[in-house]
Amino acid sequence: MTPASSNPLTFQELILRLQTFWAQRGCVLQQPYDVEVGAGTMAPETFLRVLGPRPYKVAYVQPSRRPADGRYGENPNRLFKHLQLQVILKPPPENVQELYLESLGAIGIDLRQHDLKFEEDNWEAPTLSAWGVGWQVMLDGLEITQFTYFQQCGGVDLNPISAELTYGLERIAAFLQDVDSIYDIVWARDPETGHPVKYGDVRLADELQFSVYNFESADVEKTWRHFELCEAECRTLLEEYAARAKDRHPPATDGHTGSEPFNKARFPLLAAYDLCLKCSHYFNILDARGAISVTERVGVIARVRALAVGIAKAWVDQQTSESGTPDEPALPREQKQKKKSAKPELTPAAT
Amino acid sequence: MPDFLLEVGCEEIPARMIDSASQELRQRVAALLDRERLPVSGTITQFDTPRRLALLAQGIPPAQPDVTEQVTGPSVQVAYKDGQPTPAAHAFAKKAGVDVSQLERVTTPKGEYLSAKVTKKGRSASEILAENLPKEISGIYWPKNMYWRKPNERFVRPLRWLVAMLDDEAIPLEFDGVRAGTASRGHRILSSSDIPVPRAGTPYIDALRSAHVLSRAEREHQIRKALDAATRTIPGARWREDNPLLDTVVNLTEFPSAILGSFDPQFLILPEEVLVTVMRDHQKYFALEDAQGKLLPNFLAVLNTADDPQGLIRHGNERVLRARFNDARFFWETDQKKSLLDRLDSLRHVTFQKDLGSYYDKTQRVQRLCSWLSEQLKQNGLTVRPGVIHKAACLAKADLTTELVKEFTELQGIVGGLYARVQQLDASLPEATRMSIADAVYDHYKPESTEDAVPRSLEGAVLSIGDKADTIAGMFALGMVPSGSKDPFALRRQANAIVKVIAEKKLPLRLTEMMRDARSGYRNSETEKKFVNDSDFTASITTFFRERLAFYLRDVCRHAYDVANAVLAADSDDVVDALARAGALAKVRPSADFEAISISFKRMKNILRQASEAGKKPAEAVDAAALAEPAEKTLAAQIPQAAAAVERFRQARNYEAALLEIAKLRPLIDAFFDKVMVMVDDERVRANRLALLQTLLKEFSTIADFSEIVTEGKA
Repeated sequence: MTPASSNPLTFQELILRLQTFWAQRGCVLQQPYDVEVGAGTMAPETFLRVLGPRPYKVAYVQPSRRPADGRYGENPNRLFKHLQLQVILKPPPENVQELYLESLGAIGIDLRQHDLKFEEDNWEAPTLSAWGVGWQVMLDGLEITQFTYFQQCGGVDLNPISAELTYGLERIAAFLQDVDSIYDIVWARDPETGHPVKYGDVRLADELQFSVYNFESADVEKTWRHFELCEAECRTLLEEYAARAKDRHPPATDGHTGSEPFNKARFPLLAAYDLCLKCSHYFNILDARGAISVTERVGVIARVRALAVGIAKAWVDQQTSESGTPDEPALPREQKQKKKSAKPELTPAAT
Repeated sequence: MPDFLLEVGCEEIPARMIDSASQELRQRVAALLDRERLPVSGTITQFDTPRRLALLAQGIPPAQPDVTEQVTGPSVQVAYKDGQPTPAAHAFAKKAGVDVSQLERVTTPKGEYLSAKVTKKGRSASEILAENLPKEISGIYWPKNMYWRKPNERFVRPLRWLVAMLDDEAIPLEFDGVRAGTASRGHRILSSSDIPVPRAGTPYIDALRSAHVLSRAEREHQIRKALDAATRTIPGARWREDNPLLDTVVNLTEFPSAILGSFDPQFLILPEEVLVTVMRDHQKYFALEDAQGKLLPNFLAVLNTADDPQGLIRHGNERVLRARFNDARFFWETDQKKSLLDRLDSLRHVTFQKDLGSYYDKTQRVQRLCSWLSEQLKQNGLTVRPGVIHKAACLAKADLTTELVKEFTELQGIVGGLYARVQQLDASLPEATRMSIADAVYDHYKPESTEDAVPRSLEGAVLSIGDKADTIAGMFALGMVPSGSKDPFALRRQANAIVKVIAEKKLPLRLTEMMRDARSGYRNSETEKKFVNDSDFTASITTFFRERLAFYLRDVCRHAYDVANAVLAADSDDVVDALARAGALAKVRPSADFEAISISFKRMKNILRQASEAGKKPAEAVDAAALAEPAEKTLAAQIPQAAAAVERFRQARNYEAALLEIAKLRPLIDAFFDKVMVMVDDERVRANRLALLQTLLKEFSTIADFSEIVTEGKA
């Protein structure tokens, strides 16, 4: 065994080092989002933060659930739920690539001993109507990071652009510790006894039971109902927002009498987004369960996309209106008009 | 004369885009220098790596040459009053940059005018380049652009630095917020970031070399050398040449080297196709083989660094490959738990195209179409084994539901073939039949390009054609016809493949008829309601395949474009026949008789067209009694006999003989045009002569439309 570095980091040390590194470079350290997502990109700290004009820097670990990728804990390289460390730099600094390379140094990778390549890889998420341009970062033949310059999100052209760095934490840890199975990664080591707690100890039951649930026992009919309930509520919220934003003095649905000005900042678009995320997750379960037929599949993706696009559009409006959040000054009118209209992206049917 | 250097420094440019962008930048700058009268005295050299597009122009003038021209000013009448220059004269002199006393006079038809010799100073090269290069840089075509700092310009990846120099002087160029300087950047890891460039020309290349950045040619050379050296450590081994892969790794590195890695020989039980795909497509490794061409448990990885003294990089790459192969083996084993036959039903859940249904639907259509194709071939004496084609068509798409194809989509078809080979498809099937089925499935995506081989067996060929014809028919029926650069389903490539298979297997099939039958697979379905009408379908399919066949005749068979046009004007539906006619036509075309015949046919066509435009109709048929001149009598008398002979040869597909027969008419036709005037006033005589020409064209244009043949300007 030749570990990639002497005295390799444990899984949790890896996370701590990366978080410290990015905190020292001005990132807000967020905590994992508590609604199921398929990728760190879907957490509101990315999906919503990259929209609109406000600069932002954030780093967070995000557990990402992909029901169809589950392997009952039997495959050493595949997981139903894996952890990503997500960094958003809005706008990206000039030296964003160099910063990224420095972060590798911070986790004990001496680049002079390794082979590093930035290979073209353009990211696209049809359910979010989002895409970006960038690379997969290859270290000794292993993809360790997805590096993306976001161009569009929720069908909205981004300005400014955000850089997204997504570190595949299990892969990097397995590389550093030179183990062939994710389950053999040392997650933590007792400082007194040196006794290791492995990834398998922490997560194996998770993988097994959720694979059983997602592939075998999820109740298709109830999952559909969950999906539809979330979708309906999300849509209602979006319709209400659109109606009230258009008419500045409407009779509010919440019992208030009319002629009260619409306080956009109070409107729960964040809750609408949670509902959209839940739809996406239920869709993934139904998909893994084999419950979505040919004719439905494309249609269901389009339904989730419609929610995401609607939220993105409303969010930008909310962020750029005069009644924006109290601590943010309203933007000059001119800038508001420059706002790009939403252009839902059409993706070809899977063939 | 100073040397010019431009370097556009970038974050990593996608490997596949570098070569053409570099070429384009060179053309753009060359054209700019030309346009601006700054001719390059030496050569222009490109220097591109993943992080830069650069070019060096050897010796350009420091400035444009001055230009002197005579300009005309105000009339003398206006310019002088009482012998004294007026303000108009002064203004003109000032504008021309001369003293009033130096003004000259010219006499024009309108009177006497002032004139002056004006010398326009040439602008400096530096100024012109600074002004124009931004346009040329931003004009480069990229398949995919991006923003990184709106609202500035778009580029392929963020542009980070610029070097623009004339000898050792910086050009004051600014592009997209980046000011050009004299500092470049070296290799990301092996060098410090700022590399001063002492001057344009070789010193630039030397500076980069010492910063671990090599030119494309040097990199390719170094990679080949490294691959050879690593391979030599295994006696008798060879690395598999792979030019696309080589181009990719050349454009992924600035300072390449290579390492030899190995994998557990037990993975060699997996099919070679799978192993090579993992290595080449996923990991960009070169495969190695022994003297017999058998795959070795080794690989070569190209690195973007100088070496791997501790073997860490090799170790890491071996680890990744092991995981990939383990996955592949896991998929292979999992897939065997469900046979291809048992997978058919799952195809109902795999969309082929949203309006055209699932792959299950497609499978049924393709089976039906393959039966029809087999029947057509049978009538022409070709035997397609029904037991093979039926089963192969049924299983062709079943591998789409396998884990292995989901992971390695590029192996669709191939995986199906491999599985059919190892699975007991049907206990009653003889081994040989099963292997034929497997081969047909394995080959049915072939040919994937004009260079790729066609399926090995007749059944494979039929399946390949049937599968593609079904796709094209469905898409055209929906009106989704490729246009310009838009061809998302690669229908052109698929049609090219059909033409190639028919041509190389010499299959007696008619394209339009086949496509109409493919469309009829949708009869009475819901989908049919979305279809364009029958005649529009047929028209667009015919035009489409005619273009594909023309492409094949020109680009694959290397026929002249006019030969292709002439042949396809007669008929474009029977590929094999069109090829035979084109071959014959290309052979007889250089003869003098034939050249003359072509000219005459053009003339006949022109006369008929002009007559028709003037409302002058030909007679219903040639009336022998109405023929007056001996030349027209002889010609008319000869037609039936010649036509019969041509038809005989045509029926026997002896096109060369048929064409020679037509060429024999030359003296008669020449004599006719020499002695006979067609467009005479006598309506009866004229109509009769026009009918004669029409008969000639009709009878003798069945092999090719000779009027399409380009002759030496004597139409």
